[in-house]
Amino acid sequence: MIPQARLEIQKERVVCHTRVQRNVNLEKLQNGYLFPEISMHELQHIRKYPDAKLINLGIGDTTEPIPDIVAVSMAEYAHALSTVEGYRGYGAEQGNKALRKAIAETLYKDVQVKDSEVFVSDGSQCDITRLQLLLGSNVTMAVQDPSFPAYIDTSVIIGQAGDFEEKSGKFGNIEYMNCGPQNNFFPDLAKTRRTDIIFFCSPNNPTGQAATRQQLEELVKFAKENGSIIIFDSAYAVYVTDDSPRSIFEIPGAKEVAIEVSSFSKFAGFTGVRLGWTVVPEELCFSNGFPVINDFNRIVCTCFNGASNISQAGGLACLSSEGFMAVCSVVNYYKENAKILLETLASLGLKVYGGENAPYVWVHFPGSKSWDVFDYILEKTHIITVPGSGFGPGGEEFLRMSTFGHRETILEASKRLKNLFS
Amino acid sequence: MSLTQNISTSISSSSSSFLAYSVFPYRDVSLPSKNFGTCRCVAIPQEEKTTYKTNVSRNANMAKLQAGYLFPEIARRRNAHLPKYPDSKVISLGIGDTTEPIPEVITSAMSKRSQALSTLQGYSGYGAEQGEKPLRAAIVSTFYGGLGIDEDDIFVSDGAKCDISRLQVLFGSEATIAVQDPSYPAYVDSSVIMGQTGLYQKDAEKYGNIEYMRCNPENGFFPDLSKVCRADIIFFCSPNNPTGSAATREQLTQLVQFAKDNGSIIVYDSAYAMYISDDKPRSIFEIPGAKEVALETASFSKYAGFTGVRLGWTVVPKELLFLDGFPVAKDFNRIVCTCFNGASNVVQAGGLACLSPEGRNAMQKVVGFYKENADIIMDTFNSLGFNVYGGRNAPYVWVHFPGRSSWDVFSEILEKTHVVTTPGSGFGPGGEGFIRVSAFGHRDNVLEACRRFKQLYK
Repeated sequence: MIPQARLEIQKERVVCHTRVQRNVNLEKLQNGYLFPEISMHELQHIRKYPDAKLINLGIGDTTEPIPDIVAVSMAEYAHALSTVEGYRGYGAEQGNKALRKAIAETLYKDVQVKDSEVFVSDGSQCDITRLQLLLGSNVTMAVQDPSFPAYIDTSVIIGQAGDFEEKSGKFGNIEYMNCGPQNNFFPDLAKTRRTDIIFFCSPNNPTGQAATRQQLEELVKFAKENGSIIIFDSAYAVYVTDDSPRSIFEIPGAKEVAIEVSSFSKFAGFTGVRLGWTVVPEELCFSNGFPVINDFNRIVCTCFNGASNISQAGGLACLSSEGFMAVCSVVNYYKENAKILLETLASLGLKVYGGENAPYVWVHFPGSKSWDVFDYILEKTHIITVPGSGFGPGGEEFLRMSTFGHRETILEASKRLKNLFS
Repeated sequence: MSLTQNISTSISSSSSSFLAYSVFPYRDVSLPSKNFGTCRCVAIPQEEKTTYKTNVSRNANMAKLQAGYLFPEIARRRNAHLPKYPDSKVISLGIGDTTEPIPEVITSAMSKRSQALSTLQGYSGYGAEQGEKPLRAAIVSTFYGGLGIDEDDIFVSDGAKCDISRLQVLFGSEATIAVQDPSYPAYVDSSVIMGQTGLYQKDAEKYGNIEYMRCNPENGFFPDLSKVCRADIIFFCSPNNPTGSAATREQLTQLVQFAKDNGSIIVYDSAYAMYISDDKPRSIFEIPGAKEVALETASFSKYAGFTGVRLGWTVVPKELLFLDGFPVAKDFNRIVCTCFNGASNVVQAGGLACLSPEGRNAMQKVVGFYKENADIIMDTFNSLGFNVYGGRNAPYVWVHFPGRSSWDVFSEILEKTHVVTTPGSGFGPGGEGFIRVSAFGHRDNVLEACRRFKQLYK
């Protein structure tokens, strides 16, 4: 018998590709952005342990309610938008005048920042990208190592970073300024190569370290000698408890070499509301004398359309005397959390840094891989943290714990950590 | 070394090019060697201190931009006009800024969300960068029902202008673009900033490396695609800003075919879709095959009066792939996660309310109001014997002043009627000879403006 041939008609799906090349810079990015990666680990863990009471000390997300006075101002502003007198359309791309003035006068009171130098935004992550757009792909940059991932990732995306080198875990064109216990978390500038741009975050995410006045004077001098521009991230300034500078502009001469980026996120619990600002001093010039502020203004007018007017109303309320007191008390709550975690970890004999001037504690596990420690802690205590290597090769062996959270959560976390490590 | 001072605040009513608006005047000290060592400053006699300059080169792409972004320039001229005529009632039909209050069903949702943020149960921190799930779902069901678009194809943003730049960052400096001519200035300007373009060519009034697709009355405001060179990215806005023209199904089918034949990606700007009066497509995805060649950007600005509130979205279908098969949506997601941190949660609550049945009705009413304004403006210019375009499917009326410089007409209208419009050449050389009159405004202002136009041009 002749076997029946079975004719399998395979439906061939023709997949249409465009002929647009993928941006090679995006190909260079090694993984997803760090924090969504952490969220993925979190989801996997929840699936594995659906009944576990997960504690999130990972992504630095604020948890405490926004003070009434601020929330009410936003509610009232929103309501006013439904009235003829209160309706507002497009705002100035640089931000609401009163808010710019309040930022300059309240937060830069002793350093003479003008309101015209303040650009209100929808947050630092967005501002960092706009600054990269401003600077372009031909500038070189230096970052602290470890550092907030957006500096490096945006640098790669814009095309400044060169290729990733597996061995070192670094991008070829970026100057990594190692910050660790061995150098008091301040880079050895004598060994740092000149770059056009220096990203510097203080108080630091992730190490929690705040640079001293003397260190920042060194940094400004270094920038001046090299004709570099410092992009100073002061998102955690309000967490400073000692006399470390809260703004780069406290350092004489900084206006000629620095831009400062900051945010209402960790200051006012605005992580979801979205509000921040960047200060570009009038004195800051490119090598041909062109004021950086002119170009930044052009970027802001072309690539942005202003922060939400409702968020800005909230920001203004945060800077009123009553509002300021109220948001500072929430900040103090998080600082208390930091103290608790710091004490817990120190009492366990762990090498712990930060926590005094920032809502992050930076724990050293010498000889360990940070993702291994992350997994171990997650598995044994259901606490999410952030592996230090996510912040750069200089973060290997470290773990970042953020100190946002309800007090009970922080206390519970402390308990679990004591159980695990004692 | 030459010293040129570049300060400009005067209104020039004579030429179609206007001087660059600088925030601060600067002296361009042209130095031969920019890259070694610190530059020595030239001592300027009238100044006491020499200005320190960093050794960071200015981004050459920024230097290519000809002037300030169009709309701040219009605002500047309006502000310069006010003190000259302190008693005149200046009416703004220039920048397309919404004027009518936001319906209460929408603002109360935003008020509620704001209040909730001050409570333990209602507080929320970082949201998903792509937007809140219910809002993404509502956008799909409201605008893309039956078109095969999923909730996770939607990326909520703080507006189309920002999305356009993020898309440019996604595509990178090696991509080439085509734009309609005239077009919304952000497409060209963001392309220059990204480094995709060559230098500005003064005689053609175009940037090198951009394909300008002329849209005029002769071609029904749809480009002759047989004459268009291939570009990686095709920016297409319909209903169109500034011409007010909406493309037909047949035209968009042609466009999709063109993109397919060329392996191009269409960035379709549908910000004015709700203004369509007839059966023209409201989304590019109404065209079969579009999901493989197009992404769409849209906005709540002109629907809900959210110009200051800031909310929009971009749709990137899963089927849209780069040459190597890599999904565009994956890279866009990476951009959104790295370069953005989500639209404001309070505002997203407003967006969700916009898309409730009551919210949609309310938006339709506001859009209808502006459309009536457009009718009034169109009737006025028609009655004065002008050739008038747009206005039916968009909140913009495109008036032809053949043989005249649009900046001259802009200045004449501003000077003689105290009405701010937008000169067509601000949208590209294809806009020369036209004036854009936007239809946003309180009814009495629109009526008054039309009275004044009738006076001037009777």
